[in-house]
Amino acid sequence: MQMPEPNPTILSLKPRLVTRLTSVLPKDAVIHEISETRAYECDALSAYRCPPLIVVLPSTTREVSDILKICYEEGVPVVPRGSGTSLAGGALPTADCVILGVARMNEIIEVDYDNRIIRVQTGRTNLSITGAVEDEDFFYAPDPSSQLACAIAGNIAMNSGGAHCLKYGVTTNNLLGVTMVQMDGTIVELGGAHLDSGGYDLLGLICGSEGQLGVVTEATLRILRKPEGARPVLMGYESNEVAGEVVSDIIKAGVLPVAIEFMDRPCIEACEAFAKAGYPICDALLIIEVEGSEEEIDMQLGLIKQIAAKHDPIEIREAADADEASRIWLGRKSAFGAMGQINDYMCLDGTIPVSSLPYVLRRIGEMSKNYGLNVANVFHAGDGNMHPLILFDANKPGDLETCEAFGADILKLCVEVGGCLTGEHGVGIEKRDLMSHQYTRDDIEAQMAVKDVFDPNWLLNPAKVFPLEDSESRRMHTMAAE
Amino acid sequence: MLSPRNEDELAEIVRSSQDPLAVQGGNTRGMAPEGIALTVTGLSGISLYEPGALTMVVKAGTTLAEVNDALQSENQRLAFEPMDYRGLLGTDGEPTIGGVVAANISGPRRVAVGSCRDFVLGVRFVTGSGQIIKNGGRVMKNVTGYDLVKLMAGSRGTLGILTEVSLKVLPQPETESTVILHSLDDRTAVKAMSKALGSPFEVTGAACLPSRDITVLRLEGFTESVRYRSQRLADLLTEFGNAETTRNKEDSAEIWRGICDAKSFHDHEGDVWRFSVKPSDGPNLTDRLETTELMYDWGGGLIWLKSGRGTNMRAQVGKFSGHATLVRADQETRDRIGMFQPALPSVAALSDGLRAQFDPRGILNAGLMTAA
Repeated sequence: MQMPEPNPTILSLKPRLVTRLTSVLPKDAVIHEISETRAYECDALSAYRCPPLIVVLPSTTREVSDILKICYEEGVPVVPRGSGTSLAGGALPTADCVILGVARMNEIIEVDYDNRIIRVQTGRTNLSITGAVEDEDFFYAPDPSSQLACAIAGNIAMNSGGAHCLKYGVTTNNLLGVTMVQMDGTIVELGGAHLDSGGYDLLGLICGSEGQLGVVTEATLRILRKPEGARPVLMGYESNEVAGEVVSDIIKAGVLPVAIEFMDRPCIEACEAFAKAGYPICDALLIIEVEGSEEEIDMQLGLIKQIAAKHDPIEIREAADADEASRIWLGRKSAFGAMGQINDYMCLDGTIPVSSLPYVLRRIGEMSKNYGLNVANVFHAGDGNMHPLILFDANKPGDLETCEAFGADILKLCVEVGGCLTGEHGVGIEKRDLMSHQYTRDDIEAQMAVKDVFDPNWLLNPAKVFPLEDSESRRMHTMAAE
Repeated sequence: MLSPRNEDELAEIVRSSQDPLAVQGGNTRGMAPEGIALTVTGLSGISLYEPGALTMVVKAGTTLAEVNDALQSENQRLAFEPMDYRGLLGTDGEPTIGGVVAANISGPRRVAVGSCRDFVLGVRFVTGSGQIIKNGGRVMKNVTGYDLVKLMAGSRGTLGILTEVSLKVLPQPETESTVILHSLDDRTAVKAMSKALGSPFEVTGAACLPSRDITVLRLEGFTESVRYRSQRLADLLTEFGNAETTRNKEDSAEIWRGICDAKSFHDHEGDVWRFSVKPSDGPNLTDRLETTELMYDWGGGLIWLKSGRGTNMRAQVGKFSGHATLVRADQETRDRIGMFQPALPSVAALSDGLRAQFDPRGILNAGLMTAA
C-alpha cells in the first residue's frame, strides 16, 4: 500500500508548528517527541506504520478550531483519529501530518430520555454511550465489535455498523446532529434533536466521509429503550446453499430477527476447538436472535423453527435459559480470537446481495485452493455483510502479499455480484485502490467534488478513500501552493 | 414538455440544454421551479425485486402505486410510509418513487424506523452537467466512498435528476392496532407520547390531533404480539386516563392514513406549514402561533399547522431549533416568504458550494431550495 512522499517543506515547519500549536493548547496536549509520536504510528491495520509529525489532543471544539486554523494557514495535512481501531487504515498518519486525536473529548453533554437522545463529545467510546443510559433501560444501537474501545468520532467517520443492523440500522440511521469543524476552523452545526433535515442532508453526507470533510467534535445520537428480552436459536445445515435458503425464507415469512449470524465449516471447527461451545460440526451454522416479551419470543422462534425444520437441519437448538443463550453466542463471539490463535489473519468486510451467498462462498473456496491460503467465513447474513478471514503467516516472506491479492479478488467478486467493497470498516488505505472496481471515474470525481467544497486545499486525511492517481492533482495543487 | 425514455436520453437533454429545466416526477407537490418542464415518468419499471433480500431496484419515474402493488403481492411495504400530497395540495397526477426520494418524504413511522433516506440503498442520477453518476448500491451495508445517496435524498432535483433508486423494503406486519387517549392538552399529550416511545413496546406511530381531542399510538406486528403490547401500553399510560384500543386493523389503518396525508388540512382555506422540532419543544412553539388547525406527529417532533393566508409563521415563532416549511400557499406568498427555512451562513455556504459543483450552470430546478 503506497502512501505519498512527505513534503519536505512541511517537515521543516515542525518547530514553528509546535510553537503555534502550544500557544492555543495546554502544553501536554501537543506531542512532538519521536519517542511519543510513535504511539500514534498506526491504527488496527498494523501492517502499515508511520509516525506523524506532531500529535495534538484537544479538549474542546474551540481548541479543535484553533488547531485546524493553524494547520490550514500553514498548509499542513491533518489526520483525525478517534481511538485508532480502524481496520482499514483510516487513521494511518503520514510523516508530514498532524494527528488530531479526540480521546480527551469524552464528556456527556446531555441525556434527554423524553426526546430519546444523548449529546456527547465524540471521543467517548461506543459502549460507554450505552453505559451512560442503561440504568434507565436505554441503549445506543450500533454495536461494532470494537465497541469497548472505538470512539463515536470514528463511528461517524466510518458509518460503523454491527451485528444488530438488520433491525436497528447503522450509525447514519442513529445520528441526529453534529458539531463539526471545517479545515479552515469554521464551526458548523448540522441537524439537532429534530428528525429531518431542512435543506440538503449534510449530516448524512459527512457520516461515513472518513474524516475528510471535517472533524466532528459533538454528536446527538438516538437512544432506544431496551427490548423486554432476547433469545437466540442455533441451527446447523449440510450446505451453504440450504442455510442461505433458510435465511431468505425467514425474511420472506415476515419475521425480522435482530441478528442473523452465519458461520462456515472452517470457522465452526476453529471456534469449536477454541471455545468448546458445543456447536454441531457441519457446513453451515446459523445463529438467529429475536426480541420481545417471553411470549413474543416463543411465537417468533416457533415460526423460525418451523421454517428451519423444512430444510432438514442437522440440529436446531433453542436457548432454554440465559446460560444456554450465552453458550450459543460464545463460539460466534470468540471467532476472531479463535482465528488469531491459529494464525495471522486478514478480515475483509465486503457486502453481497443475500441471494448470491452460496455462489460467493463456492468461489471463495475455489480461490482459497488457488492461492494456497485457508479462509474462514463468519458474517451477518441478514444484511449480506461478509467477514471472510484469510489466514496467513506474517513471518513467511510473500504470505502477506499473497493474502492481500486474495483479499482483493474476494472484494472484486463482491462487487461483481452486485455488492460492495466494504460494508462497515471503511475504505481507508486498505480498499482505496480498489475503488475503481466499484465506481467509474465520473462516480469517483463526483465524490471528490464534495471534498473540494468542504476542504478545498485537500488537507484533511488526504491520501485515503480515493485512488492516489485520481486525487493526485488535487493534493499536488496544495503542495505547489506551499 | 421534455420526456426522455431512458437515462442516456436524459443525460443528452441536460448536456445540450441552454435553458433551465423544471424537473418533475408525478407533479403532485406543486413545486413549480423555473424552466422547461422535464418529466422522468418515461424512465419507468422495476429493475429488480428480491423479497428474500428485502431489496428493490426501481426506475425513478415508476409510480408509487406500481411499487406498492409489487410489494403488496409479496406481503412487503415501504416502511417509511410516504405521504400522498394530492389531497392537501389539490393536485392530481401519480406520485413517483423518484419524487418521493427527491423530497425525502416520510410518514408517521419515521419516528420508529427512520425516514425515506434511511431506506435508500443506492441511486443513479444525472448531474447538471449531464454526467451519469451512481452511488451506493443494492446492499444494506455499504460504506464504500462518500454517501451521496443521503445528499440526493431530499435535494429535490437541484443537484441531479434521479434515474434509478435501490430501496430497502420491510415485511408487511400481520396486523396493527391503535391505542387512543382522550382529552389531553398539548403538553400532556407530548408527555404521553414520549412515555410510549420510550417504552419497550415498539410504538410505530405517535400523534396528537387536538381538533379531535385524541392522542394516538400505533402498534404493529403479529396478532398475538400486538394484542399483548397494546394491553401493556395502555397499562403503562393509565396516568393519562383510560385508553381505548381500536377493534380492527382497518380502523387503525384509516387513522394513520389520515395522519400521514394530513387529512384534517384538506379543506382549502388558509396556508399550511410544517415544523420539524425537538418533540418536547412542540407545545412551547405552538403557544407562540396563531393557528386554526394543528396536528402533532412523530411524538411531537413534526407539527402541521394552518394559518391565515400570507402569514409568515417563521417570523411569528422567532428563533427556534429545527426548521419550518411553507407547504401550501399561493405563489405570491411562497415567493415572498420562501418555502424552506433559510440556513445559517456556514451551512448555506456548503450547500451553495455543492450546488455549484453538481449543477455548475444552475439549470436544475432553478429557484428551488434557495434562500428566500
